[in-house]
Amino acid sequence: MALLDYFRQRKSNSASIAKERLQILVAHDRRVGGPSYLPQLERDLLKVIRKYVAVDNDAVSVSVEHDGRQEILELNIVLPD
Amino acid sequence: MARIIVVTSGKGGVGKTTTSAAFAMGLAERGFKTVVIDFDVGLRNLDLIMGCERRVVYDFVNVISGEANVGQALIKDKRNPNLFILPASQTRDKEALTVEGVGKVLDELSAEFEFIICDSPAGIEKGATLAMYYADDAIVVTNPEVSSVRDSDRMIGILSSKSRRAEQNLDGIREFLLVTRYSPERVQRGEMLALEDVQEILSLDLIGVIPESPSVLNSSNAGVPVILDRESNAGQAYNDMVARYLGEDLPHRFLKAEKKGLLGRLFGG
Repeated sequence: MALLDYFRQRKSNSASIAKERLQILVAHDRRVGGPSYLPQLERDLLKVIRKYVAVDNDAVSVSVEHDGRQEILELNIVLPD
Repeated sequence: MARIIVVTSGKGGVGKTTTSAAFAMGLAERGFKTVVIDFDVGLRNLDLIMGCERRVVYDFVNVISGEANVGQALIKDKRNPNLFILPASQTRDKEALTVEGVGKVLDELSAEFEFIICDSPAGIEKGATLAMYYADDAIVVTNPEVSSVRDSDRMIGILSSKSRRAEQNLDGIREFLLVTRYSPERVQRGEMLALEDVQEILSLDLIGVIPESPSVLNSSNAGVPVILDRESNAGQAYNDMVARYLGEDLPHRFLKAEKKGLLGRLFGG
């Protein structure tokens, strides 16, 4: 079995899948922990931006980061190419 | 004034009690008067890991409710005169703990000890939030595994918002990451999150990496903090962690897979 594993091992890389999933999840969890107006703020911003640029539904993301005693409101807008 | 340190994680079974026992023993061995408190009311286990389970007479809840004084409930470690254990109650539930009650006991201990280690229960219920409430420092114990990392991240959020220091606008709790059950071999095979990945996601100062080691189970079987197993990698890694906590600058060890020969790779499993 050890011999088989040796040849097989190069294929599996579940650790990178884990990392990717965690990064998405943790970013989401941190947003959930933020103020309750965030989702509405996100929707309103999307509406305003759409007056000028045609962007996707998920083009706007708002999050709150805690850095010591400071809270940072982070706004991300993805513009179409 | 004692320094109060909470050992926390969110997820259960990652090594909080093992760490609390090893950390407390390590501080005591360096000459600091140290007490370690079990906050897991209803499911106490620190006494077992410390090997003093048959010497429990009074517990933390007895002291809070005034049925015993602190001196009666403290158990003196048989191996080190600087180390004391305050066991949790096995029969009550976590509702017996109150902010005022815990504060009063910590105040009293603070006069006599240099370090107070709070061994937090898993979860984010009352026992866990009270264990961290009065903390000056936090050790966040994390396994390189998705659910543990996620729960740790959640705990870090709670540490920065629901503690005495946060409420009174003092400097925040100093938070340190301790990665346990780390297996460099599995990381090399791409089966386990690498240390750098865990650090990148949680962005905390790394205070130690404890390798997966049979000596952890052997030590808990015997009721001896694993730091006393000086031959073992885990014991040495805990010893390094204590030194780092006290300000020494040591490189992290046991991060590379041990090289196996060809025969070992073919038949070693």
